[in-house]
Amino acid sequence: MPQHGPQLGPQHGHPPAEPRLALASVDRSFGPVQVLHSVSLDLRPGEVHALIGENGAGKSTTMKILTGYLRPTSGEVLLDGRPARFPDSQAAEAQGVVLIHQEFNLAEELTVEENVFLGRELRRGLVLDTRAMRDRTAALLDRLQARIDPSARVRDLSTPDKQMVEIAKALGREARVLVMDEPTAVLTHRESAALFDQIDRLRAEGVALLFTSHKLDEVRRISNRVTVMRDGRVVLTRPTADMTEDRMAEAMVGRDLSALYPRRATPLGTDVALRVRNLSVPGHAEGISFDLRRGEVLGIAGLIGSGRTEAMEGLAGLRRHAGTVEIDGRPVAIRTPRDAQTLGLAYLTEDRKGRGLLLDKDLRENLTLPSLRDFARPFVDRRREEAALDAAIRDFDIRAPSRAARAGHLSGGNQQKLLLAKTMLTQPRIVIIDEPTRGIDIGTKQQIYDLIHRLAAAGTSVVVVSSELPEVIGLSDRVLVMRQGRLAGEVEGATKTEDAIVRLAMGLGTERNATVAQESPA
Amino acid sequence: MTTTARPGAARARPAINLHVLGPIVALLVLVIAGALMNPNFLSYANVTNVLARSAFIGIIAVGMTFVITAGGLDLSVGSMAAFIAGLMILVMNALVPSLGAGATTILAGMGVALLCGLLAGWINGILVTRMRIEAFIVTLGTMGIYRSLVTWVADGGTLSLDFALRDAYGPVYYGGLLGVSWPILVFLLVAILGEIAMRKTAFGRYCAAIGSNDRVARYSSVDVNRVRLLTYVGLGLLVGIATIMYVPRLGSASAATGVLWELEAIAAVIIGGTMLRGGFGRVWGTVVGVLILSLIGNLLNLTDWVSPYLNGAIQGVIIVLAVILQREQRPEG
Repeated sequence: MPQHGPQLGPQHGHPPAEPRLALASVDRSFGPVQVLHSVSLDLRPGEVHALIGENGAGKSTTMKILTGYLRPTSGEVLLDGRPARFPDSQAAEAQGVVLIHQEFNLAEELTVEENVFLGRELRRGLVLDTRAMRDRTAALLDRLQARIDPSARVRDLSTPDKQMVEIAKALGREARVLVMDEPTAVLTHRESAALFDQIDRLRAEGVALLFTSHKLDEVRRISNRVTVMRDGRVVLTRPTADMTEDRMAEAMVGRDLSALYPRRATPLGTDVALRVRNLSVPGHAEGISFDLRRGEVLGIAGLIGSGRTEAMEGLAGLRRHAGTVEIDGRPVAIRTPRDAQTLGLAYLTEDRKGRGLLLDKDLRENLTLPSLRDFARPFVDRRREEAALDAAIRDFDIRAPSRAARAGHLSGGNQQKLLLAKTMLTQPRIVIIDEPTRGIDIGTKQQIYDLIHRLAAAGTSVVVVSSELPEVIGLSDRVLVMRQGRLAGEVEGATKTEDAIVRLAMGLGTERNATVAQESPA
Repeated sequence: MTTTARPGAARARPAINLHVLGPIVALLVLVIAGALMNPNFLSYANVTNVLARSAFIGIIAVGMTFVITAGGLDLSVGSMAAFIAGLMILVMNALVPSLGAGATTILAGMGVALLCGLLAGWINGILVTRMRIEAFIVTLGTMGIYRSLVTWVADGGTLSLDFALRDAYGPVYYGGLLGVSWPILVFLLVAILGEIAMRKTAFGRYCAAIGSNDRVARYSSVDVNRVRLLTYVGLGLLVGIATIMYVPRLGSASAATGVLWELEAIAAVIIGGTMLRGGFGRVWGTVVGVLILSLIGNLLNLTDWVSPYLNGAIQGVIIVLAVILQREQRPEG
């Protein structure tokens, strides 16, 4: 599925343009910890530069220094070849250097045009010149070919539209350098494609662009040059055409990644751990039936919005639902998350920042929250909690700035490991993991795949819900595909291909798959 | 950027910072200033007086700490106290002919107070949790309801406790054990139990988790509604206890009883370092906050440097300062 087509910018074949914005041997320390070591990087007009690396490699810090959010401890930021002084991000924006955050900086209650002109409203005498602002906003959105009403409230926009508004806002500030932090993390495939069209357009207009992504096929598709960072250092900067995805991944991790998905070592048993019949979650999912065997890894695929998450949340007692559920052959009623926990069923949310972890609490409080009752008799045993944290840090390889660090200060991958550790501490026999590796670097992905594999080998039954097809295929023994709130079919063995899954998810069942779809499980 | 947190290495140490020490330093400064300004300040009579007066707000503020820590708020406690006091007096007066002006009647009155407090807290809690109404709105509503009810029950005037009962009930406020009056002892007990509940029990941890992010708590199989409800019920019960200690002091209740107690209790909680938006609370801080607030009033009464009428202004400044100190603790996105 990676497209290796030539996607080079307009200046391809010409001598490279002078760098517009550059870092020259930049070091940066936070207290005693040095996070950037002599980083040099240059962004050229009319060029898309991809910055890749594992979580914690120093990408965010680099972007923040480029755009005035942080200052280098030593080294220089050069704008048009001259040392630039960005006392803060506003100063950088005033000089045309804009960072678009992964979490957007938009005032949700204001309209699109109000956001685009926020802080530099056009006036006519004492009053705001609403018409001029509306026209200018419409012109900016036109330039991006985005069909967004300038007077719509930002709250009512979809995520990709919000992103377009952010870009329009940056263009309205006459951005000459646009830095984007994982712009596609929140987008679907089709939305990403639309974004790339805009990026192509901006590149043709001579804007210098830098973006980060964990999706290497996108990096191949859209960037002219790629810089790989590891442990706060630049490992390499190359024309993208000279790199393959495998080489990028290896440069990021610094080791061979040939066996990303572990193989099942032992044959699967026949005991059914979980039997679900006619599960429905009003408004989201209907008629879901499946069996999950002991030690099995069952994948659930489907487009975003197909009801995967809602169905699983219903199963875990987080949403109202109907239908029959049996665990180890006994009918059970799971009305609350606590019921689920008592029965040994755990659900690991896809939304680790909003629903998974208390970002302002430390590792220990996060780790023991679901199983706190086991630590309280009647008073919470701090020593046992610390021992549990020791074990979790060891078993799940959680890397934190310090033991007392807040969960919010961990990298995405380590947050995910903490979330896994926290869930496994309740000793579930059935685990539903929703998007196990979203927004996580490849090295941590591999660790998480190994963990899931080890869990299954130890007899835990695992459900993996994922939007990444290679992941759901590589990890699972069987894959259920959901479409519009219903099971569209099941693929296994030789039929477990991306093509088959996509067809089922889109409602294009081939003859073969249609037969599979009609088979009712057991 | 990341270093491995090795098992056993660098255990979480309570960091010594201004945020923790602030309230204590403020309290010490007040005590020292008071001692320098007026020699009577540290006298047994004055200290007991200040503590006994703090006890009502203090008992309520301990309960309020849990409500706020769990991300809630209760504006109704002042009028709840007035209403419970009025009801208690009515019931006890009505029981005198049949049960006499003795312990039985008083115990019955106490029972009514506890029951009322529980019920009132439960109503607030149910409206907030089951009906999903903003705590501010719910308790603004019940605040008006209780205040109006006590005015109505007292027919716009004052409800007075039967004189014979006053003599029998008086010792609950004026008496004590080993020279320490009952309100102080009860406050102390409530504070100690509260501190233990906050720091050492799963309930306290759940309150902080819910206040920090209630969705995360729910997804971690914490029974969010039950814990929230319990914080309001607990606060109601404590309002009942505070009222039991308060009624014998004046022997009456009116529309003016307990006015602004809710704000004093909330202010004490915030000064003590609990976050108004929830997620972090400490009971000992609340106790310090209560003492700071009542010491300011006491100091202004004992010295003639500043008019006692400025009491509210000075308390206001302290509250704002406390919140400014809190700001530094805000975690980054």
